[in-house]
Amino acid sequence: MTALEVEGLARHYGEREALSGVSLSLDAGQTLAVFGPNGAGKTTLLRVLATLLRPHAGSVRVLGSTLPEQSWSVRGRIGLLGHEPLLYRELTARENLRFHARLHGVDEHRVDELLEAVAVSGRSREPLRTLSRGMVQRIAVARAVLHDPELLLLDEPYSNLDPAAVELVSPLIGAASGRTRVICSHDPAGGLAEADVVLGLRAGRPVLLSGASGVGGAEIAELYR
Amino acid sequence: MRRTVAALLRKELLVELRTLESVPGMSLFAVTTFVVFHFALSRNTVEGDLGAGILWVTLLFAAILGVNRLFVADAEEGGFDGFLLAPVDRTALLVAKALTLLAYLLVLELIAVPAFALLLLGPPIGQALPELLGVLALGDLGVAAIGTLVAALAVRTRARDLLGPLLGLPLLVPVVIGGARATSPLFALSHPTAPAARWLLTLGLYDLVFGLIAYALFDFLLED
Repeated sequence: MTALEVEGLARHYGEREALSGVSLSLDAGQTLAVFGPNGAGKTTLLRVLATLLRPHAGSVRVLGSTLPEQSWSVRGRIGLLGHEPLLYRELTARENLRFHARLHGVDEHRVDELLEAVAVSGRSREPLRTLSRGMVQRIAVARAVLHDPELLLLDEPYSNLDPAAVELVSPLIGAASGRTRVICSHDPAGGLAEADVVLGLRAGRPVLLSGASGVGGAEIAELYR
Repeated sequence: MRRTVAALLRKELLVELRTLESVPGMSLFAVTTFVVFHFALSRNTVEGDLGAGILWVTLLFAAILGVNRLFVADAEEGGFDGFLLAPVDRTALLVAKALTLLAYLLVLELIAVPAFALLLLGPPIGQALPELLGVLALGDLGVAAIGTLVAALAVRTRARDLLGPLLGLPLLVPVVIGGARATSPLFALSHPTAPAARWLLTLGLYDLVFGLIAYALFDFLLED
């Protein structure tokens, strides 16, 4: 089953073109790694796929639903982990996750389960503003998978995480999670290791689209020159 | 939707309890304004039209402080995106934010009305209190509906601190007029009378119209 079908996607902010002519296809369970320098359009692509931005041209189908017309039917099936943790600084980890659990109609036992999984149980009653960035990122991972989404949209998911924390969150957002994933990354080796399909963007335009086995680190590095 | 509204409302109140960013500022502003009026008017007491006008204008400006902060935590901490990704009716956010603003206004009035009675009001407030609470409640509904709509519109702009009052104040003028006219007879020095029914009706109608407008427009304001 095809999880993502994008054809000729364009998106602009005022006069500035953020994405143009992006086409790709991804099967369920596969991982797409998106590479590109800052401002290449990676985050915009994730936000369009997450239904948070409307495409201005082209067609986008996510989990069988056409965006933006059928956005309502895929919300709740997508987990987004972006630059912002989407958590309230004044609330505790537990309060934040409970809040999202209620929005998604998820049983609150899942909150305890995930707090354990990301090793934050001990500090789950402290406001987020008192926690380290790495801890907040772990809680953001828990928030992204709280509702067991089919599709994960990950924007540099391992930023702020030490190697032990990366190992901790891998079962939730790594290949072992079995979910369809789109990962934006600046780490060629790590990104390629996880990918089935690779998309390279530069100034909003696709300059590389290939199966991961046919792409080497040198081609990714070329994107950043 | 009730479950979603409850979750959102709980979150709003928790954030306000922890930050105390809105209600204390609103209350302090109102009390300070009464003190300023007390000295600026060179008189010890006010009544009738003047008293009602001072009370409602002060409450309006204090409310604007709350309106400006209503969506700030969501905009700055990504709460909007978190909500938009959830499979819930977006009207729940409108209802929860309006209820939050309503709660802020109730606390504000719990502090501001006694302070007004103490610092400025000539006639005793005791007898007129039930009617005054009714008029304030009608006014609060209008402020909550319009304030939530305006706050949602302003928060995604760079000039949100300016745009909130700029859009909100003209829309809220009828609430102040209706509220002040309905309150004026309650503050009469001799023989306080009940508020005129037509001003109560005006307030009620205005609340209804803006409640419906907010309901119709809110989804579009959240859209990209």
